Amino acid sequence: MYYLYYFLIQIKLPMKKIIFIAIAMCSIILISCKKETAQQPDELAGLTLLQKMANDTTEIEVYTRSGTLTVGYNDIFFRVKNKLNDEFVSNAVLDWMPIMHMTMMSHAAPKSPITKVAGKEFLYKGFIVFQMPGNDMEKWTLSIDVQTPSITTAVLDTFAVANSTQKRVTSFTGSDSKKYILALVSPENPAVATNDLTLGLFVKETSMSYPAVTDATILFDPRMPDMGNHTSPNNVQPIINTTDNLYHGKVSLSMTGYWKLNFIVKNASDVVLKGEEISPSVESSSLYLELEF
Amino acid sequence: MKNKILFLLILSVISGNIMAQDTTNIDSILSVKLDEVAIISKPLINYTKQNKPLSSIDEYLDKSMNVSLVRRGSYAWEPMLNNMSSERLQLTIDVMHIFGACTDKMDPITSYVDVSNLSDVKVSSGQEGASYGPTIGGAIDLIKKKHDYCHIGWLGSVNFGYESNSNLFTAATRVKYSNAKFFVDADFIFRDADNYKAGKRTLIPFSQFQKYNTSLSIGVKINNKNTLTGSFTFDNAVNIGYPALPMDVALARAYIASVQHSASYINSFIDEWTTRVYFNTITHIMDDTKRPIVPIHMDMPGWSTTSGLYSKINGAHKRQKMALTLNAYWNKSKAEMTMYPNDTSRKSMFMYTWPDVHTIYAGVNLANNFSWKPMHTIKYGASIGFHRNFVASEFGLNSMHIFYPTMSAGKNRIIVGFQTAYTFAKNNWEYSIAMAYGERAPSISEAYGFYLFNSFDAYDYIGNPYLKNEKSIELHTALAYKMKKIKWNFGLNYFHILDYIIGIPNTNYIAMTLNANGVKEYQALESVNIVSTECGMEYRPHPSVKTRVALSYNFGRDFNKQNMPLVRPFSFKAGLTYNIKGLEMEMNVEGASKQYAHSAFYGEKAKPAYAIVNFAAGYSIPIKAHQLHFRVGIENMADTYYSTYADWNNIPRKGRNFYLNISYTFDNRMME
Repeated sequence: MYYLYYFLIQIKLPMKKIIFIAIAMCSIILISCKKETAQQPDELAGLTLLQKMANDTTEIEVYTRSGTLTVGYNDIFFRVKNKLNDEFVSNAVLDWMPIMHMTMMSHAAPKSPITKVAGKEFLYKGFIVFQMPGNDMEKWTLSIDVQTPSITTAVLDTFAVANSTQKRVTSFTGSDSKKYILALVSPENPAVATNDLTLGLFVKETSMSYPAVTDATILFDPRMPDMGNHTSPNNVQPIINTTDNLYHGKVSLSMTGYWKLNFIVKNASDVVLKGEEISPSVESSSLYLELEF
Repeated sequence: MKNKILFLLILSVISGNIMAQDTTNIDSILSVKLDEVAIISKPLINYTKQNKPLSSIDEYLDKSMNVSLVRRGSYAWEPMLNNMSSERLQLTIDVMHIFGACTDKMDPITSYVDVSNLSDVKVSSGQEGASYGPTIGGAIDLIKKKHDYCHIGWLGSVNFGYESNSNLFTAATRVKYSNAKFFVDADFIFRDADNYKAGKRTLIPFSQFQKYNTSLSIGVKINNKNTLTGSFTFDNAVNIGYPALPMDVALARAYIASVQHSASYINSFIDEWTTRVYFNTITHIMDDTKRPIVPIHMDMPGWSTTSGLYSKINGAHKRQKMALTLNAYWNKSKAEMTMYPNDTSRKSMFMYTWPDVHTIYAGVNLANNFSWKPMHTIKYGASIGFHRNFVASEFGLNSMHIFYPTMSAGKNRIIVGFQTAYTFAKNNWEYSIAMAYGERAPSISEAYGFYLFNSFDAYDYIGNPYLKNEKSIELHTALAYKMKKIKWNFGLNYFHILDYIIGIPNTNYIAMTLNANGVKEYQALESVNIVSTECGMEYRPHPSVKTRVALSYNFGRDFNKQNMPLVRPFSFKAGLTYNIKGLEMEMNVEGASKQYAHSAFYGEKAKPAYAIVNFAAGYSIPIKAHQLHFRVGIENMADTYYSTYADWNNIPRKGRNFYLNISYTFDNRMME
């Protein structure tokens, strides 16, 4: 500002004009400042509140992009509020456990740890792969252990999990007799393009533990069964990324419509756990996921 | 007497159709005259004077030995010149660039005008056609009716035609008014055909069509030097069957508009300066709903819109003649494919087969003609142009990225060409030799096509945006001899084409189309050689009798000595014309040898030899000052079942066909 004032003096404008310009400049700056406060980075951009879960001390806001949970892979976001001082917590340690309460038994689901979202102040994130939908008799519950400097507590609630129209997750018994779960992470919004393909592979250790399998080989072949079962060119087979323990590749979708992603999963010693190669006589692998757009 | 001479002249030009080459056209400009009377004046609707009045443009072109037509049905045949098809040619309507909207070449632009609009077709071989734009094989320009500002008043005609085979009904009418300052000219033509029968009474289902075309031209003579002409054509064809293809066409529609300014005798150097701005838009909608067995129903519409500018200066100075041409256009081509799964709960399958590609071209061509002695003429010319393609649809670009992950939306090219020719004419002899170099950019399908199914070889084709310009080195030579009673001519065109663009199987890709053999990607062949030769003779033993023979021999091979597809085998045409007192009769024979050099490698099936005989007779009756003209004929008299090398998937041609034409012409000048 000083330089501007100095500059204006230098060009010998009448004082009235300088004052006028100065006022104009200030108001512009004020207006732009106001805008900035309004545009403070939104913690929740692109997210929709799914539900709030609470106990006496803590309230947890649960968000997803769509505002729902569906069978398959779900990115889930949280904000933790200390009810005692009504403030969001930025340094909580969270752990969680989804459980399906079936009539005869109960089981958990593959999940990630909960981590803080980079660049956000109060937002936490994790994912869960739901293998089945909930219904009136059989419900999913989610319990979250919260540890903050002041509070240690657990919050529990039931959640509705809707069925998905396409097969986005599949569980199978491998040739090694172990039970596996294969889930489609992306493309979430497939396009006629080369899409990022991300897959999660999990093995059932116990009914409450589904760790990620990181040493498998996943081969895939996208096909359009409605159109002569043709495939698409220039697909990139997924390989493991040890940061997120997911498999990353590329899937080319040459047109809209229904695509079947056929898989073959092999273990570390190259033994096929499940799946068949597509040939004129084999239209579909027994291990597949679906896309429709 | 004068009329008789005129009539003979008319006939001789008509027969030029069969002769293919008049000695006056010894250079590689080969004119297929439709409008012979235009040479003198225009009192009549000229197409009534043709061998078969009201025949389609395709049939007219097919009479020429130079132009051949790829037939996929009864309608919209695709012109070929020097054994090269539309992507290697410049096809223009009155020098306007128009591009078909069909990814499967079902709508060559010749299908968007009709004989009622046209006066002439100018065929230029190789770089002779460079003034129309970048070309390899040459140019075919459909010339609309020209007008001069004479005080003629009203004239017009009504024409009816009927053909027994396919039950083809044609009606055409034209009205024109002109005076020294102004003209208006309107015409309308309607055609309706059922399925035709090939030889031996074989019905060819899905060969029907219906169309109408109307055009209007208005011209004003501003002053002695300047004229302004506006022209509009609307062409609408529906329910067109393509028996050689798996799909038909529900609608092919074109709007073609232009405004032209002509200035003449500007100064001692510039004789004429013509500038035209134009706009045209085409909608083309394919249709499979009428076919009995459709594995999967699909919609395949396409759109093509072109705006352009053309400007040409003709000048002369001493023994030099000069023509400078500017050609610029902007085309947008888009085509879609939507497939509907048999399971109706599933979503439809959609893709862009032409991803909204914009093409901008601007080029200049300079041609010079220098005669230092009456017998020696040298011609030389050069052209340079800027060509840009741009994929405007993000959806389309993303789908192209599946094949070419790093391709950019835009691609610029510089296209050059030059030519030189020498002609020697003395006494009854004329000799010419020409050498030229030309380039072209890949077509939209060749550069950006996305899973275009070609039923010729049953492959899905993928465009390649990285293709280099195709280049051609050409050599022409021609020799002609002309006497009172006898004429003969010989011509040879040789093309050595480098980076020849053609689909090459890519086994890494799997076909999308049901039952396709695989995927071909457009690639550049190292080189291809194409030779076309022709020879014509005409003998007139008596003023009312004329015989003609034309022979043609062609071959095309790539650098691996593989035969190229769609190359005309040895073929011939011969005709005998007799005319006396208003009655004219014509008998002709045409045929071809077995296609001994067919290209099995590129998916072509050999065609056997054939010959057919046609007969026509015409008679004119003057009624007061008006004229009533009858014409009858029989085509394929022996009802031969045959197909030529240019018949897509060996679809047989028409069997025996009787036709009748009646035209009635009125002309005010004759009344006076």
